[in-house]
Amino acid sequence: MTVTLDDTAAPAQPDAVGPRRGRLRGGRMLHLYTWLVIAWLILPIAIMIAFGFNDTKGRFNQSWDGFTLKWYGRLFDLDELTKALVISVLVALVTMVVAGALGTGIGYALGRYAFRGAGSLNLVMFATISSPELVMGASLLTLFVSLGLGLGVVTITIAHVMFSISFVAAVVRARVLTLDRSLEEAAADLGATPWTTFWRVTFPLILPAVFSGMLLAFALSIDDFVVTNFTAGTTTTFPLWIWGATRVGLPPQVNVMGTLIFLVGVLIAVVSSARGRRRGPA
Amino acid sequence: MRRRLAPYLLILPGSLWLMLFFVVPMATMLSLSLQQGDVVSGYVFTGHWQTYVDAIVDYRVQLIRSLWYGAVATLVLIVLSFPVAYWIAFYGGRRKATYLFLLLLPFFVSFVLRTISWRHVLTDDGFLLGALKDAGLLPPAFHILGTSFAVIGGLVYNFLPFMALPVYVALERIDPRVVEAARDLYANPATAFRKVIFPLALPGVFAGVLMTFVPASSDYVNSAVLGSSSTAMIGQVIQAQYLASSDYPTASALSFALMTVLLIGVFAYARALGTEDVMKVATR
Repeated sequence: MTVTLDDTAAPAQPDAVGPRRGRLRGGRMLHLYTWLVIAWLILPIAIMIAFGFNDTKGRFNQSWDGFTLKWYGRLFDLDELTKALVISVLVALVTMVVAGALGTGIGYALGRYAFRGAGSLNLVMFATISSPELVMGASLLTLFVSLGLGLGVVTITIAHVMFSISFVAAVVRARVLTLDRSLEEAAADLGATPWTTFWRVTFPLILPAVFSGMLLAFALSIDDFVVTNFTAGTTTTFPLWIWGATRVGLPPQVNVMGTLIFLVGVLIAVVSSARGRRRGPA
Repeated sequence: MRRRLAPYLLILPGSLWLMLFFVVPMATMLSLSLQQGDVVSGYVFTGHWQTYVDAIVDYRVQLIRSLWYGAVATLVLIVLSFPVAYWIAFYGGRRKATYLFLLLLPFFVSFVLRTISWRHVLTDDGFLLGALKDAGLLPPAFHILGTSFAVIGGLVYNFLPFMALPVYVALERIDPRVVEAARDLYANPATAFRKVIFPLALPGVFAGVLMTFVPASSDYVNSAVLGSSSTAMIGQVIQAQYLASSDYPTASALSFALMTVLLIGVFAYARALGTEDVMKVATR
């Protein structure tokens, strides 16, 4: 999930509920409660990060055996795990580009034009977003099996592009709907052809939405387990490798990789939201 | 003429992809569920409805359990995340975005990995339960893993943002003056909440129900990692039928039955309330 941090509320607006005394006490209780829920959400992440620093001796990284940094040095020691991570990243990159292009086309058309079939397209998009992943994965497997298609990186990527398109399209469509049409009219008045107007005016305006849609596609793809499990065959991605290794115990390298992916993701979210804030609401 | 063609050219590649890899597979699955045969000698379409009856009768326990777990998890999620969404929407001030970001932090860790991390926390003699048992606060035989409590807890943990976000979006849209008006008309805080705030938040709750009930009741990661055979859900059955025993007709029938049950709810929702809320939250 990508996160947009731009505050939708106008800062000058006073708090919705007036400062009555009973309210304030209730507010403090709710504040505490909110932090308890956040702490609960963060607990397993903290444990994951901590056990990446665990000086574990055996195969099980279960109990605390002292602090070490060595797993960061031996990050790529497990060839199968490294290979799985590389496959995950490659699939996510291809998904990002392909779903980015196809989703942008749909999102732009839905935001800009009224055309026959727009309603059905919307419904199919809604269905891909709200269908159980299990059923999408299972149905793709039945298709690939009936076609006699070998399962592997290609089928995984096909599946990931499929479920990412609708997300990209929804992000782009939202941006196109809020575009200021007078900018394009100004370009046309100044003698720009529709083609020039699109590439010099419209496209730069929707580009931030295209980027955040693509980031979303990347995040969905690299994290996906359920659909991938059905479409991978014997190929192993990062989540599938973790799944397969749980019975024998996870090596600390998994914690380290999880930690690094977490940090990179948070960093990208914070940076892109800071940039969005500087430019004003996207 | 060119302008009228433009939208169709733009949507062509994307909708072709969705057609080929979403609509066609669903149709293939429906067809396969009515075929008979096996992987080696192939399948023949026989319109054998009995597969559905047999599959549902054989796995009714897991099917009902999945819908039950999904329903309980969804209810718990409403109760658990409503106050959080309420506090952020009404008291968050300038920090609203930061709090929402904190709620989304689990999404930066792989779904499988954060579920396994819970198992690590809740291991019978791990650092948490082990310490509590050593201190004599819990009986030695006490365990959480393998129980429905652990599975539902995992579902609640993994899907919390999908409930908190749409509820927040609905609450955030409430005009503060409406609440003020209720208070000015001598509604006490409880009445103002019951008669004004909660009804206005309902669309968000419905969107949240849709976005949590469907993935929760079809999930198999949580029950596989945190549960035991007595908590097995329909997702595990379908997964095993497909990937282990290759009984494609039964697996397809079960998937299609599950899909039908869930999608009736999804499309009833879409007809009644539109698709905007869910789309907005899904792409946040």
